Amino acid sequence: MLSFLTSLVNGLSLGSIYAIIALGYTMVYGIAKMLNFAHGDFIMVGSYVIFIFVSNLGLSPVIAIPVAVVLCLILGVTTERVAYRPLRNAASPLAVLITAIGVSYLLENVALLIFGADTKSFTSVIPWSGITLAGGEIRIQGVTIITIITSVVILLALQFFVHKTREGQAMLAVAQDRSAATLMGIDVNKTISLTFAIGSALAAIAGAFLCSAYPSLTPYTGAMPGIKAFVAAVLGGIGSIPGAMLGGLVLGVIEILARTYISTQLSDAIVFGILVVVLLVKPTGILGKIIQEKV
Amino acid sequence: MLLEIKNLNVYYGVIQALKDVSFHVDEGEVVALIGANGAGKTTTLHTISGLLKPKSGEIIYKGKNIVTISGNKIVSMGMAHVPEGRRVFADLSVAQNLKMGAYTRRNKKEIEDTMAMVYDRFPRLKERQTQKAGTLSGGEQQMLAMGRALMSHPDIILMDEPSMGLSPIFVNEIFDIIKSVHKDGTTVLLVEQNAKKALTIADRAYVLETGSITMEGKATDMLNNDSIRKAYLGE
Repeated sequence: MLSFLTSLVNGLSLGSIYAIIALGYTMVYGIAKMLNFAHGDFIMVGSYVIFIFVSNLGLSPVIAIPVAVVLCLILGVTTERVAYRPLRNAASPLAVLITAIGVSYLLENVALLIFGADTKSFTSVIPWSGITLAGGEIRIQGVTIITIITSVVILLALQFFVHKTREGQAMLAVAQDRSAATLMGIDVNKTISLTFAIGSALAAIAGAFLCSAYPSLTPYTGAMPGIKAFVAAVLGGIGSIPGAMLGGLVLGVIEILARTYISTQLSDAIVFGILVVVLLVKPTGILGKIIQEKV
Repeated sequence: MLLEIKNLNVYYGVIQALKDVSFHVDEGEVVALIGANGAGKTTTLHTISGLLKPKSGEIIYKGKNIVTISGNKIVSMGMAHVPEGRRVFADLSVAQNLKMGAYTRRNKKEIEDTMAMVYDRFPRLKERQTQKAGTLSGGEQQMLAMGRALMSHPDIILMDEPSMGLSPIFVNEIFDIIKSVHKDGTTVLLVEQNAKKALTIADRAYVLETGSITMEGKATDMLNNDSIRKAYLGE
């Protein structure tokens, strides 16, 4: 029972990381109508930035994380401007998707060139060792607790932003109908840039937590969590903000429980198996809406 | 002259949709642009409001050439566009849709006043203000699209096929609303396939045929013109 609780908490923590990544994925999908497959690699870029600042330069994570957030934000906005925007009205929606895969490989290989293939040992950005419960039977790490809290705060902040601010309303409008949004006076390009800015900033935050919980950093660190977060976004209903959160948490818990009780090797297979099942049974995801193609 | 279109040429790829289109709208007028399906009426409106960029030509609005200005900025210059097919934000409530229409305005008090005015004009929207726009009937969606356009407090309103797909009762209601919007001082550029209805409320009209203006004149004259009656009024 106690080990189950420990697994559950760890699952929620991993799920919170997926959720933070999935929030970025889902917002970009919902508003820019594209899957940014390079999203996972933004996590890796953010993590290397923090690694350099903390491990190489000996600076505090309090400085390193905001710097990583800002740099990822710039990276995200620039990528959209340079690589995706020119293809936005391309004849085939595949053009931008393939470009995103290209950007992903580009980022991974540039990182390989700069940092090499060897694994860097990441120092946790959360120095707090955590708490013990049930007379020392359950130990919950500090990073676990902070990750969960942060993801909830981010979810609430995003919900507030989207539903209560002018820019958030513009996002809702652009998500539904770009031409009609333009006719309302909304700058579609600016709104999409802002979406990429938020998504990429979240990727940097996810990187900080991911590498604190699993402290080995390579140029491919972001790839797998990125894809799993995509699964989480689909599971929750792609385009839906609460859906991304829910999908992330569910996926994280399933992954850790599968790892604990079934098989470590099989846990990834189970995670992707879920994607297949969801797509077969409820293609719109848990909280997703049926997209009506209007004629 | 509030709006003057000079020698507008618009292409979709290699296909020319508008050929040397020129016309004008004076302040306080209702001008109708009539023509068959595919004549270029919607293209004309899209080009004026900046959704499409012309290959050549000028669009002079309030004395300024707005061809190079992006669509979202044209809205804040006092031009609203009620698009073909309504294009309301289906997942947002009626009230949220209306607020979206006031996106270019910052003064909360003024926005609320305009909203009260819109609800006054469209009591049906007030009854349904918390309902999602996608659940409204076609006629109600048309009212919402018009109300949303009025929320920006426009000087000129471009209306694209407001009667399309509506029952005869709603068609009359929509045209009554256009008349009253005009009476309150808003200039109207109306695109309609229902030429008869359009000509009865318009001051002047232009006929668009395969991308070119082929006729212009007073709406009352056009209603009595034989060729117009044959081609567009079904007589």
